[in-house]
Amino acid sequence: MSSMKRRTSLKVLCAAAAVMMAGGALADDPLKIGFVYVSPIGDAGWTYQHEQGRQAMQEALGAKVESKYIEDVPEGGESERVIRQFAADGYGLVFTTSFGYMNPTLKVAKRYPKVAFEHATGYKSAKNVGTYVARFYEGRYLAGIVAGGMTKTNVAGYVAAFPIPEVVRGINAFTQGMRSVNPDAEVKVIWTSSWFDPGRESEAADVLIAQGADVVTHHTDSTAVVQAAEEKGVWAVGYHSDMSSYGPKAQLTAVRHHWGDFYTKTAQQVLDGTWKSENVWGGIKEGMIDIAPLNEAVPEDLVKQMAAAEAGIRDGTLHPFQGPVKNQAGEIIIPEGEVMTDDQMVKMEYYVEGVQGNLPD
Amino acid sequence: MDTFTAIVLATLGAGTPLVFAALGELITEKSGVLNLGVEGMMLVGAVCGFAVAADSGSIWLGVLTAVAAGAAMALVFAVLTLTFQANQVASGLALTIFGIGLSAFIGLGYTSVALDGMDPVRIPVLSDIPVVGPLLFGLDPLMYLSFALFGAVTWFLYRSKAGLLLRGIGEAPDSAHAIGYPVIRIRYLAVLFGGAMAGLGGAYLALVYTPLWVEEMTAGRGWIALALVVFSTWRPGRVMLGAYLFGGVTILQFHVQGLGIDLPSQLLSMLPYLATIFVLVLISRDINTIRLNAPASIGQAFHPSN
Amino acid sequence: MRIRIEPRAQPSRLMGWLSPLLAVVLTLVTGFLFSAFLGMNPVDAFHAFFVAPVDDLYGLGELGVKAAPLALIAVGLAIGFRSNVWNIGAEGQLTFGALVGGGVALWAYEMEGAWILPAMILAGALGGMAWASIPAFLRTRFNTNEILVSLMLNYVALLCLSYLVHGPWRDPEGFNFPESRLFSESAMLPVILEDTRLHAGALLALVAVGLGWVFVKKSFIGYQMQVAGLADTAARYAGFNRKRMIWMGLLIGGAAAGIAGLCEVAGPIGQLLPSVSPGYGYAAIIVAFVGRLHPVGILLASLLMSLLYLGGESAQMELGLPSAVTGVFQGVLLFYLLAADLFINFRIRGATPQGLRSPSKPAEASS
Repeated sequence: MSSMKRRTSLKVLCAAAAVMMAGGALADDPLKIGFVYVSPIGDAGWTYQHEQGRQAMQEALGAKVESKYIEDVPEGGESERVIRQFAADGYGLVFTTSFGYMNPTLKVAKRYPKVAFEHATGYKSAKNVGTYVARFYEGRYLAGIVAGGMTKTNVAGYVAAFPIPEVVRGINAFTQGMRSVNPDAEVKVIWTSSWFDPGRESEAADVLIAQGADVVTHHTDSTAVVQAAEEKGVWAVGYHSDMSSYGPKAQLTAVRHHWGDFYTKTAQQVLDGTWKSENVWGGIKEGMIDIAPLNEAVPEDLVKQMAAAEAGIRDGTLHPFQGPVKNQAGEIIIPEGEVMTDDQMVKMEYYVEGVQGNLPD
Repeated sequence: MDTFTAIVLATLGAGTPLVFAALGELITEKSGVLNLGVEGMMLVGAVCGFAVAADSGSIWLGVLTAVAAGAAMALVFAVLTLTFQANQVASGLALTIFGIGLSAFIGLGYTSVALDGMDPVRIPVLSDIPVVGPLLFGLDPLMYLSFALFGAVTWFLYRSKAGLLLRGIGEAPDSAHAIGYPVIRIRYLAVLFGGAMAGLGGAYLALVYTPLWVEEMTAGRGWIALALVVFSTWRPGRVMLGAYLFGGVTILQFHVQGLGIDLPSQLLSMLPYLATIFVLVLISRDINTIRLNAPASIGQAFHPSN
Repeated sequence: MRIRIEPRAQPSRLMGWLSPLLAVVLTLVTGFLFSAFLGMNPVDAFHAFFVAPVDDLYGLGELGVKAAPLALIAVGLAIGFRSNVWNIGAEGQLTFGALVGGGVALWAYEMEGAWILPAMILAGALGGMAWASIPAFLRTRFNTNEILVSLMLNYVALLCLSYLVHGPWRDPEGFNFPESRLFSESAMLPVILEDTRLHAGALLALVAVGLGWVFVKKSFIGYQMQVAGLADTAARYAGFNRKRMIWMGLLIGGAAAGIAGLCEVAGPIGQLLPSVSPGYGYAAIIVAFVGRLHPVGILLASLLMSLLYLGGESAQMELGLPSAVTGVFQGVLLFYLLAADLFINFRIRGATPQGLRSPSKPAEASS
């Protein structure tokens, strides 16, 4: 795949044909929409944000749509049955919200060409399978600015699950953001090898704090890191959801995901018969990502700096990976005056300057 | 706080839920019963404790509820295996499946709640002594409780008449029965104690360690507790040692990572399990160690008429 | 009057059939009360749980897709359990079988040929056996408890797979996501029922059930192993080799679990993922006991267990029940099934007054 946001004209034609059939249900019947969630919904985190999006969509479209979800569906072979069940039950649109549903979604989609599928975070699409993902890194960069301005020790701690490109990109963007306001800032990373284990996440955060980090963030699925920061009296940056209720003093801000607009728009397109398979990669500008209200302790000039960067990203004048970008060895990857392409970002397999330690294979 | 103190404190914290659950399972197994449902009992303890603490505002009431909830789960297991003579391995696994579901169900309304957790004791002046101060006089109350329970369990097993009886029943239930001891009743008590302790371990996770409730938050610690009991060759002192070793390996692994040393994390995560197997082999090579400490009748159903 | 539980001289054949029925009836009653408590129509709940998942061909196929690995593993485990070999490491053996067999598929991904699939199955079996041979060796050589070793190895196997899929074996075109390549057509088990996912692994499971039956009922070594399980001393007197029993029990269980793991990756999944089993290795232990270690019982128990899983999903979809409720319900049914087995080997009586009780048999069973 060369780009995540790309439409080939051929694909558009095929998809339009496919969807005219999909959307062509009787106007009176509500469009049935299924959501497949990888974990229980809970109160914060990845799946919670998708559920928020579903509710927003349901509210916006009212009686025109009827949506259901199935939570806690394991990735791999199990999910195919659930996805197929939606398709077989006359659902016109199915959102599969975890990377591991990629191949099962494609398999089911082949069998049900009239149903529209949207798969989150994957890289394979088909004429009736679109993909969508957010430019999480834009939010990470902004959060990095706040962290860089607030740190006294110049060390931030990052609790991460697995070294896949999306996570590495977030670490790098956060580091870039920190160093844009604080060139001495460094980021320490601890891998927990698990998306979800509150105990380990908490332990990892404690270790980072003991090693000198006075601001911590995470790319794992619980609120444990923010809570650990609250207890230890250091700053935290939440992820997925606003976690300020778990760390009212500690949370500087949080990088929030917002799927509601995308879900509403997609459902409306299917209703109108205009849906086509796309690879959507939306960020600040599209409203898929934003920054939760900043902690009151953040000084005015830092707030302004962050807001200026946000405006820059929104209007395209600023890019988190804007040259010169250096890797850990100090070699220039993106020269002055250029920005990293989507293609380069997708394949990010290295740390930028300022991240400590080696990236595990 | 210096790094050493931080590592030791973190190790104690990581080990404490394991200490509770493993000491409880130790007593259960000493009576000759193998309860593989520790994970399920911990989860139900955690969620019940959290729910009550959140609703009542009292952490200690939560802790008590967790103890009761763990014991209630153990009672189900006891009825199945001791009264209904069901297979212990299968019943324990079923108890875990049940506990995961039940805890998730009870916890549905509590995932959004944040608790303050438990403040460390911090004895004035003494806890300000460098290194020793925070380690001896600045821990949280449940850690002190875990030390006390360790003492109590050790005393009970090796110094009390009841402990001798318990070990006798685990060793040779038929002989104990022939002399006239109520084997089944004592096993009931041992299983209930194991459940109560597992509930306490769950409470430590949900109320102190990461004060929150999320589904399956024990993340396999119940299984580790089971391993620790065997790792310890059924001796309380080694249970403590094993629990802190296990906790310490995780913490050290994180420290190593934070310092930027490069090792595949999966390999590091394997270490505790491989270490347990290694120790198991070492201790079981010497048949006498096993014979002295392992309850001979473990896992076998007992019916008084046999 | 107190209730007394007395052993039967012979296991009751009648109760052997009645006890699972009793358990199902009790579960239905519990489910009825439970759904009423949650404010649902119990008939709808029953329909969603037990009928809706299998009301079409695809659903029946799915029933088989999930029952096949459970039956296959449980038949293998039961042979060990009968001789008191406590292998609870089937999850790890499954994972390692999937790893080795899947490794063959990845190695041969550019090749074609009818030999690939049999080679994979063989590799899967050998992988499972290799993993099971660790507890067998440690048990026979060092007397190390096989319950704990096999349990610990579950985690180690999972981490091995995780390492390979995150690192050396990940799809070179997969943007570093932790997945292997998709297996080629030659490395996939054929689907045996059109329009479903039911694959040839289900046939392997049936063959295993048949072999298990022959092994238990007809073969001398099966008889030996059972005797060895029933009474250690008796077996030793009869000159049976306990070490051989342990090896046999673990290796057969490991081979079955390894094949089941291979069938998962070469069947419904079609590639190697960081986790290839939703806990089949643990569920199969329960299946083995619910099926009372008998191959035919295991077959039925695996279908029931499979239906419980499917019912849980269907109840979420049709009734909006949270997934948590399913776990509770599964647990309750398993408790009843395990408890009901009491009636096969024991009878329940109202006890006679104190004076008539034999002094050597105090009534603690009634507590």
